This record gives sequence, C-alpha cells and structure tokens, in this order.
Amino acid sequence: MEPIRKHEGLVYPLNRSNIDTDQIIPKQFLKRISRQGFGEFLFYNWRFDSKGEPRSDFSLNFPKYNGTSILVAGDNFGCGSSREHAPWALQDYGFRVIIASSFADIFYNNCTKNGILPVQLTEDQISELIDQAEAKSYTITVDLENKRVYDNHNFDASFDLPNYQREMLLNGWDEIAVTLTHKNKIDKFEEEREFS
Amino acid sequence: MEMPKTIIEKIWEQHVVHHEEGKPDLLYIDLHLVHEVTSPQAFEGLRLNGRKVRRPDRTFATMDHNVPTIHRHVIKDQISKTQMDTLQKNCEEFNVPLADIHHPDQGIVHVIGPELGLTQPGKTIVCGDSHTSTHGAFGALAFGIGTSEVEHVLATQTIWQARPKTLNVKVNGKLGTGVTAKDLILAIIGKFGVKFGTGYVLEYTGEAIQSLSMEGRMTICNMSIEAGARAGLISPDDTTVEFLRGKRHAPQGEDFEKAAQKWKSLATDDGATYDATVEIDADEIEPQVTWGTNPGMCIPVSGNVPDPTQAKSDSEKSEIRRALEYMGLEAGQPIAAVKIDHVFIGSCTNSRLADLKKAATIISGQKVNPAVTAIVVPGSHSVKVAAEKEGLDIIFKEAGFEWRDAGCSACLGMNDDIIPDGERCASTSNRNFEGRQGAGARTHLVSPEMAAAAAIEGKFVDIRKFSVPTPN
Ligand code: SF4
Repeated sequence: MEPIRKHEGLVYPLNRSNIDTDQIIPKQFLKRISRQGFGEFLFYNWRFDSKGEPRSDFSLNFPKYNGTSILVAGDNFGCGSSREHAPWALQDYGFRVIIASSFADIFYNNCTKNGILPVQLTEDQISELIDQAEAKSYTITVDLENKRVYDNHNFDASFDLPNYQREMLLNGWDEIAVTLTHKNKIDKFEEEREFS
Repeated sequence: MEMPKTIIEKIWEQHVVHHEEGKPDLLYIDLHLVHEVTSPQAFEGLRLNGRKVRRPDRTFATMDHNVPTIHRHVIKDQISKTQMDTLQKNCEEFNVPLADIHHPDQGIVHVIGPELGLTQPGKTIVCGDSHTSTHGAFGALAFGIGTSEVEHVLATQTIWQARPKTLNVKVNGKLGTGVTAKDLILAIIGKFGVKFGTGYVLEYTGEAIQSLSMEGRMTICNMSIEAGARAGLISPDDTTVEFLRGKRHAPQGEDFEKAAQKWKSLATDDGATYDATVEIDADEIEPQVTWGTNPGMCIPVSGNVPDPTQAKSDSEKSEIRRALEYMGLEAGQPIAAVKIDHVFIGSCTNSRLADLKKAATIISGQKVNPAVTAIVVPGSHSVKVAAEKEGLDIIFKEAGFEWRDAGCSACLGMNDDIIPDGERCASTSNRNFEGRQGAGARTHLVSPEMAAAAAIEGKFVDIRKFSVPTPN
C-alpha cells in the first residue's frame, strides 16, 4: 500500500451524519472481483439520477470540487456494512484523507489498510472546515508525522490516531508480512491448543 | 481468588498470540466464514503473493448475498455468476470447504454457522460481513471484518485487534406478550442511538435476555452492529447448550458434556465490571416500527412519526427532515396509518424456522392484502426443508406469499429481489438505509409477526391487538 506522510489537497465538504457504506457504494456495484474501478460509482445514488445523469444539485458534482482529495463529513462516518469497497471507491475517486467527527469501527480499520488516512476532529473544527470549503476553494494540509491539520491562515488542529495504524500508514507496510514475522508464535499457539 | 471477569475478557485472553505494550494484540481466530462478495479480492491477494490458506479446516464458505431465490438452475445475471464461479474456483484452489448454491448446507452465512454447530461458545469468529455479530448469541466473540482482514485471516489465522472496551446492556424485567427480540433490539437502538456501541463489545444481560430462545438471542446480537458495536454477545447457559446438542459440527457424546461444562464456565463472573453500562426496562417496550433511514429511527407502533420542529438540535432537525422526505412521510402522522406495498420476511435477523413459524401462525387461513406483494425467503436450505416438512410453505402460499429459496435476497437487493423506487416495504431485516432494498425503496423494520400482520392488513397494526379475522 502507498505510504502517506503529508498530504495537501482540496477539501470537499459533505455536511451529513451517519453516512453509511450503502451510500458510499451501493450494492449493485459490489459484484466486481478486483479492487479497482469503484470510483465512478462513489455515492452513486446521490451523484446520479435514475437515468444515470449527474445530478446538478449534489455538491460533489460542482466543478469547484474537481480534483478534491480530502473529504470532510459529520458524525459516525462509514457506518453499516463492512464492505471494503467503500474505501476502495473513495480512494479510486481520489480521496486520500477522510476527516469526520467520528467513524464507525470497521470502516476506520478498512481505511488504514488501504492507505487512506482517517482523521477525527471535534464537531466545531469540522464545522469550521465545512464552512470554509463551502464558501470557497479551500486547501488544507494533513501532516500524519506530526498529527496536525492546518491551512495557510488560522486553522491548526491536532489529531490522534493509534500508533500502530499511524506506523502502518506512514510506512505503507504489508500487514500480512509483518504478522508472518510472528509465525513461530502462531505455530506454538496452535500446537498448545490442539492438545488442551 | 482471581478477579471476576466478563466473558469478553475471558475469550480475549484465551486467544492472544502476541502482546506488545501500546500495540493491538495479535488474536487467534477459531472460525472464519467466507462468502462470495467480500472474498474475491482477498483470494487474489493470496495468489499475487504466493500465499496459502493457513487453516482451510477452520474456514467455511457459502454463497448467499447475490444468489437468486427463484429459478436457480440458470443464473441470468452474468456478473453475479462470475462472483459465484470465482468463489467456487478459489475454494477448490485453496481447499476451503464450500456450500455452493446447490449444496444442502447453503444459506445465509450467519444462519448456517449456528445451524451446523460451527458456531460455539468461546470461539473467536470472523467473516467479511458486519452481521457476524449474530454468532455472539452463543457466547462467541464474533465480528465483521473488511476484505484486507479476510486476506490476513486466510493467510495467518490471526488478526490484529485493539482490546475492546466492554459495555453491559442490561435488560430488566420481562418482555410483554407479543413483544419480540426484534422489538427489544430496535427499542435499545432507538433509545441509545446508532453509535452508542462504537469501540465496545456489548454483552446483553438481564432476565429478558436469559429467557430468550437462541433464535431470539441471534436476532439481538445480529443488530449489535446497528448500535455501532462490532460484536455483541450473551453468556452461554443451558439454552445455549441444548441448542448445540446433536449439531453436526458440535462435539458428540461424552465430549459434548465436557465441552458444555467448559462453555458454561465462560459466562461472566458475578461481580465482574464493565467499562460502561446502559439499562432498559423490558416491560415498557412496545412492538416497534422504524420510520426513518437508520435503525435508531424507530417508534412504538402506537406512536407518531417525529416532527422536525421538535428536534433538540439543528443537525437532528435536518436529519429528521431528510429522512421524512426520503420516506415520503408527514411529520406527526401515526405510523399505524401508513400503507405498505411489500412485505419481506427473511434475512440473517429473522429467517430461521422459529421466525417463519411465528409469522405462519398469524398468516394461517388469511389472505395477503391485494395491494401488497409478499415474499418469504428462508435463511438456509435446511430451514426451507424443515419448514416444508411442517407445511409452512403451504400456509404462506395459500395466503398469497411467494415461497423462495434461501439467500440474503431483498435484505440488500443484490439479486433480482428489489423493492421498486418509492415503494414501501415492511421488512424483517436489519437496515433501513436509503436505497438498501433498492434505489428509492422505503424500508420499515419490524418483527416477523408484525410483518405478517402488515401483509394481511396492508398497513402496520399492533400485533398485541391483532385478532385474526375468521377466514371466510
Ligand atoms: S441477510 Fe442481509 S444483513 Fe444478513 S448477511 Fe445477508 S445481506 Fe447481510
């Protein structure tokens, strides 16, 4: 997976709570057997009308958010189904960082396994980012090494992330390879259990 | 004396392979369930890296999410077929046991695990599906994982997990007549919200929980994820043991008695403490109906749809507005007056034999309302066969229900079983998200009994007052 250390990008504000993975990628697109190509279906039912035409009233379709790579949303982002197609779709669309006031557990994990950085900020900080990004073209920097989010003016916030996940993201490690360094312990655990 | 412990801590401690301060634990996985939708990329990952499945004997696969529930001999949807064929090939290549679409053990992964006795107390169980929490009903630590984690478990039979916090969901008193496990879990999520369980493993305790059947317990644990908790469980007791007796993959004979002792000793010790506790009184719970677009948006069947102007905050106000608009409902309208177009009895929440029996009791001798399309989708092929042995299929079909083959079906509409745009469905499943049952579909979650009565009346009725009209 691609490491992420510091990322500067255009913010896309999605001012909603409880955005579930059924919204992020509806089920009709889960039938593919590869990890690629899910971006065109991201937020499908919100982005497109029943004829498949882009809806002009959904903000991700606004030209000013072209090239966005940082999504900012409300509470409980990524709740519902465990489908990893959700982070795949976000990533394939171009998102590298998701900022929310809280995340669902499985989604959070799925992000960190795919090189997407989930950042938890307070509700007030989220509102500030959303206001800015709704008003103008707004760019921020997310610095994972120093666990900071800042813009060129006054916004400067720190965030936290479990160390393990931080290291994974910073280094882009293959987790299975890391685990296999403990293979002896797994062997031993199995041996002891089968005889207990 | 040893410190009293919760079952969650006991299972955890028995499965830690590697522990390092400040890091997640490396946890051993006893049972890995696999299905067609969240596994192809995981097997592909193994292949690309030249890795094997470490323990095919602790892995079990089936097809459930996108299987058709009628005319199964020819699968028309080529993309679904590719996904099923891919699972077939992967299982052959990696030696993983598979109950494919024509296999007698096929069914929804969370229905067949318990049915085959693969699900047992004290096990760690994972599956690339968030409703893996269902298996917690047996006192197993069971949780959903993403596809990268599926690959990780296939390759190593372990997973990295931060030690979870524990939360006691204490249900005092008894449920009233006509009030089911489904109403209880909806009421819990309605009261405490869709994220009160985030970061926790839930243990459901109290009299109302202990008196539930295993089917009822599975319904409760199934929806733990709807409260934000990856896992929810119930300490094993005699009900658990008796359910497992004689199941194919459960220990047999003397071994069973030994296992039963061990299982029961896992139950949470008296005096054990949790990181948090919430309490609810069972006797104040009425049959529930969801009105909105997440499972926390539910009200008693006697209640009215909420009014956004009464909301406590701006964000709640806009959430209610959005949900009402999507659901095509008016603020303040009685939920019992809402007319429905579809009834779906099925899903890993409520598609077991006991659920179908209860629905059939209501349906028996009745006719489905002419305005309603109703289907029953048994949770597994074995449930279907057992139901047919008891003549339940006849009861449903004579009433005007369609009787289908096993699968996830209209719970998520990945196959042809889709609720059309703008139409309204009383559903025994677990998610009422926007578009869940089909783009624009409006879902109301209810118990099987409430769904059955709604099919007859064409609207929601309080099952406690529902007297079956005499057949004409
Ligand atoms: S029945 Fe529904 S909730 Fe259950 S596993 Fe299938 S799709 Fe998921």
